Amino acid sequence: MAGGGCSKDTAVDFGDQPHVLAVDDNLIDRKLVEKLLKNSSCKVTTAENGLRALEYLGLGNDQRSAMEGTVSKVNLIITDYCMPGMTGYELLKKIKESSVLKEVPVVIMSSENSPTRISQCLEEGAQMFMLKPLKQSDVKQLKCHLMKCRS
Amino acid sequence: MIQMALAALKTQLKNFVQSMFDEGVLDSQFSQIQALQDSSNPNFVDEVITLFCTDAERIITELNKYLGYQSVDFSKLDTYVHQLKGSSSSIGAHRLKLACVNLRQASDDRSKEGCVRALNSITREYCLLRSKFQTLIQVTHDLIVFVIRMIGLKLSDIMVKTL
Repeated sequence: MAGGGCSKDTAVDFGDQPHVLAVDDNLIDRKLVEKLLKNSSCKVTTAENGLRALEYLGLGNDQRSAMEGTVSKVNLIITDYCMPGMTGYELLKKIKESSVLKEVPVVIMSSENSPTRISQCLEEGAQMFMLKPLKQSDVKQLKCHLMKCRS
Repeated sequence: MIQMALAALKTQLKNFVQSMFDEGVLDSQFSQIQALQDSSNPNFVDEVITLFCTDAERIITELNKYLGYQSVDFSKLDTYVHQLKGSSSSIGAHRLKLACVNLRQASDDRSKEGCVRALNSITREYCLLRSKFQTLIQVTHDLIVFVIRMIGLKLSDIMVKTL
């Protein structure tokens, strides 16, 4: 459960099956990331864009901000950077602005290996930046990294 | 006998996939997709291929449409080709991905002619890929049907012997 650990965030309890929200506008990528995460014993919910993701998390436009004190539904959010409408970066910012969700680790995925983009996301509080296409080893590494941060 | 026939079919399948790697049609990312197929998801490769092809055809149709206009909306083109490049990359469709990079470049250069050439190349690569995927799915299917028939024969063989 809790334990001292890392000076930084992640006050969320992973348990055996972390619940991950995966956000990507690309159908094939959604299917791939979902399977990769399930293979790493994660429970997965997918969303096709930032707005749907926020709605799922309870931060949608129509939803009241009476979410204070409610525990986050998810243990991890992994999102594509390049999405129409709201980018992964903008989604990251919205999550970090929320008192309920700001402790949830957010991982950004992108096909572009851009140093500016990477530092921009890390500065805004992203836990990790991952290059697409994702492989099983990337997801294993991700899980390891996040579990370590807990203990 | 059955063992030999089965082994021969498996080898045929393996060699065919290898040829796709050798020709650069597929890259190692496709191996990742294959590795994700397991007993909980026995049709995973099939499903991904089908999803990919449907999506690719939709995008190529849109690209053709937008390139057909007198005044080309290059940013629209870019949005579509970005999607196709992403999917190609994720499934390991190496040559198709490269063809997408070329279209992106032509689009950045605002060259309609360049875009038309690049789109032709994309179409060629996609058709080649689709035809090979179809063969792959067919051979895999034949292999499965073969195994099922063999199991059926073995079972009826056992039954006959016990009667």
